[in-house]
Amino acid sequence: MAAVVLIVLTVAFVIVRLAPGDPASLMLGPDATPEEAAELRARLGLDRPIAVQYFTFIANAVRGDLGDSLYFNQPVTKVLALRAEPTVFLALLSLIFALIVAVPIGIYAAYRRGSFFDQSAISAAMLAASVPSFWTGLIAQRWLATEYGWFPASGYGGPDADFLSRMAYLILPSFVLGIVNSALILRFTRASMLDVLGEDYIRTARSKGMGEARVVLRHALRNAGIPIITVVGLTLALLVSGAVVTERVFNIPGMGNLVVNAVLRRDYPVIQGTLIVVAVLYVLINLVSDLLYLLVDKRVRY
Amino acid sequence: MSKHCEILEIEGLHVSFQDGHSSVTALRDVGFTIQKGKTLALVGESGSGKSVTSLAIMGLLPNNARIESRRMRFYPVADGDALDLDRLKPKTMRELRGRRIAMIFQEPMSSLNPLYSIGDQIGEMLLLHEGLDASARKNRVIEILELVEIPSAAQRYNAWPHEFSGGMRQRVMIALALVCKPSLLIADEPTTALDVTIQAQILDLMRRLQSELEMSILFITHDMGVVAEMADDVAVMYAGQIVERTDTRKLFSAPRHPYTQGLLASIPRHGRARNQRIVPIPGSVPSLRAMPPGCSFAPRCSFSETQCRVESIDLLEPAHGHLSRCIRMDKVPANG
Repeated sequence: MAAVVLIVLTVAFVIVRLAPGDPASLMLGPDATPEEAAELRARLGLDRPIAVQYFTFIANAVRGDLGDSLYFNQPVTKVLALRAEPTVFLALLSLIFALIVAVPIGIYAAYRRGSFFDQSAISAAMLAASVPSFWTGLIAQRWLATEYGWFPASGYGGPDADFLSRMAYLILPSFVLGIVNSALILRFTRASMLDVLGEDYIRTARSKGMGEARVVLRHALRNAGIPIITVVGLTLALLVSGAVVTERVFNIPGMGNLVVNAVLRRDYPVIQGTLIVVAVLYVLINLVSDLLYLLVDKRVRY
Repeated sequence: MSKHCEILEIEGLHVSFQDGHSSVTALRDVGFTIQKGKTLALVGESGSGKSVTSLAIMGLLPNNARIESRRMRFYPVADGDALDLDRLKPKTMRELRGRRIAMIFQEPMSSLNPLYSIGDQIGEMLLLHEGLDASARKNRVIEILELVEIPSAAQRYNAWPHEFSGGMRQRVMIALALVCKPSLLIADEPTTALDVTIQAQILDLMRRLQSELEMSILFITHDMGVVAEMADDVAVMYAGQIVERTDTRKLFSAPRHPYTQGLLASIPRHGRARNQRIVPIPGSVPSLRAMPPGCSFAPRCSFSETQCRVESIDLLEPAHGHLSRCIRMDKVPANG
């Protein structure tokens, strides 16, 4: 795991230096004078030998110092920390929403394979996965927020808004993101349950004289759990890094919005920092789903 | 001794499966009786309807199955009331399943849930049917594991199914089926997937447990050797029908249906004269979708005549306690 993080750091370090030309003049844009570029190079330590730069970068990153944002004139970690809250909660809320919708429907669709319910569920999932989230987002905004006024239309509340009112701003975007992701989770849950429900030990469970609910939830679902956990973990990781469009549509000041702006502003330290943070989150989410495997399948040993 | 000595009576059992708009008949007019403490073997090739019969008794056929019967009567306990399995509420059937009628299956490797310890899985029966608490369950489970001769049973309580060999897993399955002391055990080809030596041990174990627990066994198999070893009575199935039914001794000494004779003639036997060849039955089992009119065995039968192919044949009783679905049996030499 530490190795993965080291590789990520190295890649982040190399990418910035791989950009054609001098990173400092790139960051400053075409209008910068050579003096300004030289000053920025010194400030970023780009004038020092590459090995020194590399080790300084790694050492700083490990201590949690990802450099300073050129635009905000603040440490990247601080800038990211401010933007992490809406992104993380948006990801979690939409995951919870997707799970609540997808897992029960997936289980029941598999249980009633071929029924009207099953076919409707599959079609709905297909539809949900094919409609781009910015469209769903705009429609939801137009009707549920503007027309009926049930939810705030966009933003993340004022600077003094308390936690709950901030979360209220996330309901609609989580719903929109959740719908798209529930499609994938639903299909995985259904497929995985279908496999398991055909197993001999399910017949054994029925022959023991238990109710169908116990057969499905205790004997089948647990065996279907590992693929479901895997896809849920991947979904969460994608949500953290992939909410850019939704954040744009709902104008949420999260990491997605930050990174888009950073690209436009050529704020390289912020881009680099976001890359690293997202990569570390991926690693952590993978670790958590590995730990969940242990919980589901007591035979798994690492 | 109670007034009835049957534990299960089945008459006129028909099962068909709806498949879209068509339907496929799997069982036609199946009937047999299992005596208390005895073993009935249900013999036949794959696809003859043996497993469908057993699942119909258990009430475990899939939802698209249509079941009709004249009688499916089960006597769960000595002197107790009879239950009509075809008229039970799902909940009553569920209480019966596992507790009074238990089942073991062909594939010991995949019949146990890989994610629960064997103690858990056997104990679940006691939880479901007797509501025992954890420590009482554990004692009973260890007791039954010892009964099925699993070495160091107490230490194996928390073991996982994958830690057992095929033969040991079938012992675990037997323990699971018998822990509630059912009065009827349905064994669906329990030894087919096992090595011959292990097979003999399992059969031995089943016979011993049968007399200890005084249970009846419906033993499903295609192996005539196993029939000779285990069964008191035999019902031979062909294409969803019972074609011959009698006690084991009569079946082996004087089979009255050409199919049974074919089955017996196709067993390789030690001591058979060198020049006496194994005689296979020509052709193959007809598809359930394309059943021939008349006797379903007629197309493969060397004794068949026009009459056989016209109308369906009833079970006839050529001798007391010996039923055969053949109108030509007088022409058939008794020792084919």
